Amino acid sequence: MTSVQLEVLLQTLISGLLLGGLYALIGIGMTLIMGVMKIINLAHGELMMVAMYIAYVLFSSFHVDPYLSILIAAPALFILGILLQKYLINPVLKVEAIIPENQVILTVGIGMVLANIATIIFSSDYKTTPVDYATKAWYLSDYWRESPIELSLSMPWSVSFCVALVITAALWFFLTKTDMGKSIRATAQDKDAALLMGVNVERMRVVTFGLGSALVGSAGCLFIPIYYLYPDLGGQFTLIAFVITILGGLGSTVGAIIGGLILGVFESLTATYAGMGWAPVGRFMIFVAALIFVPGGIMSLFRKRRLGK
Amino acid sequence: MKKALPLIILGMLAVLPLLGLSSYWMHILILVIMWSVIGMAWNLLGGYCGQVSFGHAAFFGVGAYTAGILYNKAHLSAWWGMPLSIVVVTIFALIIGYICLRLRGPFFALGTLAMGVILRVTAENLTAITEGDLGIMLQERTWIEKTWYFYIILALAAVTFIAIKMVVESKFGYYFVAIREDQDAAESLGINTTLYKTIALSISAVFTGLAGAFYMNYMGYIDPKIVFALHDISIVTIMVVMVGGVATYWGPFVGAVIMVFLAEIIRTIPKLGAAHHTFFGILLIVIIIFLPNGITGDIQKLKKILRIGKAT
Repeated sequence: MTSVQLEVLLQTLISGLLLGGLYALIGIGMTLIMGVMKIINLAHGELMMVAMYIAYVLFSSFHVDPYLSILIAAPALFILGILLQKYLINPVLKVEAIIPENQVILTVGIGMVLANIATIIFSSDYKTTPVDYATKAWYLSDYWRESPIELSLSMPWSVSFCVALVITAALWFFLTKTDMGKSIRATAQDKDAALLMGVNVERMRVVTFGLGSALVGSAGCLFIPIYYLYPDLGGQFTLIAFVITILGGLGSTVGAIIGGLILGVFESLTATYAGMGWAPVGRFMIFVAALIFVPGGIMSLFRKRRLGK
Repeated sequence: MKKALPLIILGMLAVLPLLGLSSYWMHILILVIMWSVIGMAWNLLGGYCGQVSFGHAAFFGVGAYTAGILYNKAHLSAWWGMPLSIVVVTIFALIIGYICLRLRGPFFALGTLAMGVILRVTAENLTAITEGDLGIMLQERTWIEKTWYFYIILALAAVTFIAIKMVVESKFGYYFVAIREDQDAAESLGINTTLYKTIALSISAVFTGLAGAFYMNYMGYIDPKIVFALHDISIVTIMVVMVGGVATYWGPFVGAVIMVFLAEIIRTIPKLGAAHHTFFGILLIVIIIFLPNGITGDIQKLKKILRIGKAT
């Protein structure tokens, strides 16, 4: 392997990891909702799109930095999630119907409405937030002169990655150390047992949906400095979130992080070595392979080994 | 009377072109019947067997591309795509079924959704075979008049209706409903659930694929974004059945009429023309909350609501 090839490979791996960190944040939101509510939220990507438009409006009219807009977009998405859960999804959970997947179809309907309203308001043009640090990067040769290979680290990408790490850590703290976090985990484990222990299950569901929306909303704010924005972008991120959830094991937060990283690296590898257009196919090849070879997700591999001992 | 109803409706539809309708109305009628075919096909899998597919665009697109590639590469008439699509779509259905049918409930739904997207991206990138985003265009249409297209799709609809009715009323139909109601119970009664789910998927896929091959011949142009569309094909298919009536014979017709006319009406509203997804989404939400089994399925409930509305 020549040094150029090595350089390309390493650079691909780095950008894959950075992308994977952001994917993980999207995946955690979905896996949280899936674990507690046992439904798939197919409007997940559309919620992210809403947050991105909030960040875009804040940037273009008030010059708020996209990273700071998390502080506004995440609470807004939290409220939006709570409203959706309370007034649309909860009533459907009680309705008797022939097809049991009614809630999933309902979230598709919500997603369609959100995406289309965005099209009406903002038109379907591509939007960006041209921040002045968008093209800044750190180069390896600046720090190590005799370095045989040249690697670069894009500044917005790394900042987004670090913020995603901080949010994930905060979430971990919330879920393991606080009362409410413990109640949410209890609800995910066994709804009836949690109810008997005095957990307000209905409330936990509402909070979880809000939390999942807020997470994906902050992921949206982290994406906007490095990505472009259009109303139909939600669908592809819903699929990404779903692939991560399947890959990581349903309802497993750690699995979602690992799944996100794997997906990011793999996608970046297919984009480099097979061509940009094939990157989505790489994503789904991982998905199909995961379904066939590790149907329980990555976390099930660890569990099996522990049982074997 | 009730037994003769399908024949009466078929007869009424068959004489419609003789009335000298305008080309626009013929187009609407052809679309309505095409969507009923797809709706009926989806209904077998989703309504009777309980496997909600979000990826019927995959089969629709494969059918359309079978006809298109046959025309483009082998220089045969695209009509040969209709018989050939049965074989090709069955193969695709078996592969997709092998992967997705190990998933249950909402996960199956998402698995099929992913399959639809995979096929779209593949069709976009395999430019050597599918021409990619350029799409495939028929250089000349078989007929300028729409009458013959109408009769062909009507015949296809009649065949689909009879085939689905026969399947549903046979032993298979009962197996499908058993799987929908409780898969574990069905399994424990000795039903090979995977086999019967695969059968339901294949039958459903074949008719959707036939509709796709017809679409290629009728519209004369396809590209991956049209025939593998998630919202405009897969979701509309679900809506046709959800609005019309889940697990009913006539639901898909009612749904297709409502959906096609709704789309046309919204398109005529100035400025809101692009917003048809909003209306579709709101309609979907309203239907799921108030009439979860669709208009035909919840006809009693609908009558009750309307009567109360009149009384007050």
